[in-house]
Amino acid sequence: MIELSKTSRRKFLRNIGYISVGFPLLSSNLVVQEPEVVARVNFEGDLPGSMRNASKVNAWLHVLEDGRVMVFSGKVELGQGIRTAIRQVAAEELDLELDQVEVHLAETGVTPDEGYTAGSSSIPNSAMSVRYAAATARQKLLELASAKLNTAEEDLILYNGKVKSKKSNQALNFAEVLEGAQIDMEVTKPVPLKIKSGYRYVGKAIHRKDIEKMVRGEEVYIQDLRFPGMVHARVLRPAGYQSKLVKIDGSGLSTAISGIIKTVVNGSFVGVITEREYQAVKAEAYLRKHSEWTTSPSFPKQETLFAHLKSIAEKPQSIRNEGDITTIPNGKETFKASYAKPYLKHGSIGPACGIAMYDGEILHIWSHSQGIYPMRRAIAAMLKMELEKLHVIAVPGAGCFGHSTADDAAADAAILALSYPGKHIRVQWSRQDEHTWDPYGTAMIMELEASLDANGKIKTWKTDVWTDSHSIRPDNDPATLLDTRYLENPVQLKGRGYLGGGHRNADPYYNIPNMQVNAHFFNGPLRVSSLRSLGSYTTIFSIESFMDELAEKAGKDPLEFRLAHLEDARAIAVITKIQEMCSGEKLEEGEGIGYAFSRYKNTTAYATAAAKVSIDRASGTIKLLKMWAAVDVGEIINLDGIINQIEGGMLQAASWTLKEEVTFEDNKITSSDWRKYPVFRFSDIPEVEVAMIDRPNEAAEGGGEVSMPPTGAAIANAVYKASGKRVYNLPITAEKILG
Amino acid sequence: MPKFSLHINGLQKEIDTEPDTPLLYVLRDYLELNGPKFGCGLSQCGACMVLIDGSAATSCMRPIASIGDSKITTLEGLASENGKLHAVQEAFNREQAAQCGYCLNGMVIASVGLLNSNPSPNDSEIKDALQLNLCRCSAHTRIIQAVKTASKNLSGK
Repeated sequence: MIELSKTSRRKFLRNIGYISVGFPLLSSNLVVQEPEVVARVNFEGDLPGSMRNASKVNAWLHVLEDGRVMVFSGKVELGQGIRTAIRQVAAEELDLELDQVEVHLAETGVTPDEGYTAGSSSIPNSAMSVRYAAATARQKLLELASAKLNTAEEDLILYNGKVKSKKSNQALNFAEVLEGAQIDMEVTKPVPLKIKSGYRYVGKAIHRKDIEKMVRGEEVYIQDLRFPGMVHARVLRPAGYQSKLVKIDGSGLSTAISGIIKTVVNGSFVGVITEREYQAVKAEAYLRKHSEWTTSPSFPKQETLFAHLKSIAEKPQSIRNEGDITTIPNGKETFKASYAKPYLKHGSIGPACGIAMYDGEILHIWSHSQGIYPMRRAIAAMLKMELEKLHVIAVPGAGCFGHSTADDAAADAAILALSYPGKHIRVQWSRQDEHTWDPYGTAMIMELEASLDANGKIKTWKTDVWTDSHSIRPDNDPATLLDTRYLENPVQLKGRGYLGGGHRNADPYYNIPNMQVNAHFFNGPLRVSSLRSLGSYTTIFSIESFMDELAEKAGKDPLEFRLAHLEDARAIAVITKIQEMCSGEKLEEGEGIGYAFSRYKNTTAYATAAAKVSIDRASGTIKLLKMWAAVDVGEIINLDGIINQIEGGMLQAASWTLKEEVTFEDNKITSSDWRKYPVFRFSDIPEVEVAMIDRPNEAAEGGGEVSMPPTGAAIANAVYKASGKRVYNLPITAEKILG
Repeated sequence: MPKFSLHINGLQKEIDTEPDTPLLYVLRDYLELNGPKFGCGLSQCGACMVLIDGSAATSCMRPIASIGDSKITTLEGLASENGKLHAVQEAFNREQAAQCGYCLNGMVIASVGLLNSNPSPNDSEIKDALQLNLCRCSAHTRIIQAVKTASKNLSGK
């Protein structure tokens, strides 16, 4: 059977034409290399979830007219380098040069719907889907070339974009093999994959191509897009979460500020469109001064936040209950500790931006959202438009670290575009709005209780975790978008999103015979959604702090105590690796090293972190001197990319641990800029050393979040070693050490 | 609307705008440059940095009327005319000193400013010079390495 569809190269090229973040024309600087035919081995495992709705080869890749390959991924580039990783796996399976692969990231109607770029799932889902599609395509290309060249498959070599006969000079590129068609066949098992020992790119430290564009100041980000006739806009956010617009007087606006095109008022949504960007900044300030809002109710007092959160929590839900936690050994006491973490910001360096243009039929939206298909559903529902009338294109923004404000900015632009058709409208958020309307990572509380047996091993363990939702991402519920709650007919959130993230890693990965985990969900006072690593940062901060406390009670070395509760060889390996890395470290007076381990989600990548701190006894000042990590993400796709992610994750988590806390007073978020919400700066940066344990035969796990959970606890444990003071409430500050 | 004449990347540019328009908006919105980025508008993060007469400075709060005859260099103006990258740009690329890269403009500009006045800085001088520049992805250790690499390459020439 011929499984080829005569497609529509023209249609494809037209689709490409939509994208204004242009494709660079690739210079083919192909090195003449001896073709090396590497053996294949059949893959019989599970296909990734992303292939469920995109099961055919041509959903993932097309052959271009010049014989190169265009790969499609529904994931977006967040600075994690996914484009490069996907290019590597495609080039690997198709035996191409890296330059022969172009990667088209998320765009509705063009790429597969892969939901959100989140949860460290881009490598296991998107990159693996591309791997299987590319391997299937290679097999098909060989088959078709064999017929065309009238040569048996075993007498063909597929290498660097050509299928050549070993016996003659005949050769075809991929486009010539397909004659303008695409490979419209299902990816089915077994998939013949290249054997890993024959890899040219995967596992290597391949440089990203976009960094050169960045250093040259080329068009990279949504903020850089410019369209003919594009106009600018800002949205005047309400005075508080529950404020309603009472009145607005824009009568003097055009006299006071030049370039005013239109003020759009819809319920409590106020947007202003101007010719130039800075005019919009001034117009927003003017409208703020000339508007009146109802008063939003006060937040609880910051000092009593955690008591408040406990008081509003629902009845606990049992998450895990094994053995009997009341079987406390005779005469043994139980140990208890309570930990807390404040609300944290995403803190993207680039405030949100959205661009939209309504052409009278289709609403085109450019966004740095993490999930353009789900966001399309939410915006369509907000605007009561048919899904097909929305066309969304993902464009990189600044690193966002979870569900931040990108979708809200896209919604702003969409509303304004409908009221001012025919023009591209660019909405830029201010730093203050980015800081005060961000859906934060929720505040959390962990209460732990455990007992030890006669051998100093953990006999019983109980976790109680208090948490809000960890994902209220845009999807079918339009009120996930801020604007929906302020339009003329406001709609409030129907559900609470993904609560499960709150007890992620709340059950220790250790062998403990009697274990109980309870989750107490609350609907807290601040807007929340997913922040990198979700609840794991807090659950592991607490568990791994407590493990050090228990080790001390048991009179054991902290790492040996952990090893005594582990059987998983990969977990043991990251711990023994960190022991080796830190073994030569000398400690001065007032210095200490702390450790922490976790397996992310208890099912994916492994990491042990270590931190060395020094503490000034008089002032309590903490200096983070050095951090180490030993990490196992299974098969490594890009060695340089993964190390970059691990280092960045550790430093960001260290900033959370030592600096960060969203503050509020009365009905205002007061941490409204970088002075009032300090984060790590260069003077805070320690030395960092990362060791990767490569396991080419294990599943490839994502690495964006794995180093964050153990970092907080490693620092807390180091602070305890250095000062004798255990800090239970984040962030760890000088005042708490002295207090 | 008043007319201003600015010296930008070696060329004299005429701009019609209000006198309070910050330099950042002039560069991005009127001159269509991508290098300098909007990060805070409060001179707190360094994303908008440019070189003013060879020294790194933020551009987001600096009204166009205050620029006068100063020579402004943006990221785009660092490479030589034949496209060859400045040693600092080269080093950031070689060290892959970025994740999302949104802060990269400020990092490169602040580093060029530093090397202009101190060709062989040590670690603590590099950290001091980049203290205003935020990187949330936290590529700091690579950025420090890139500055060292650039310093080495510049002094070797």
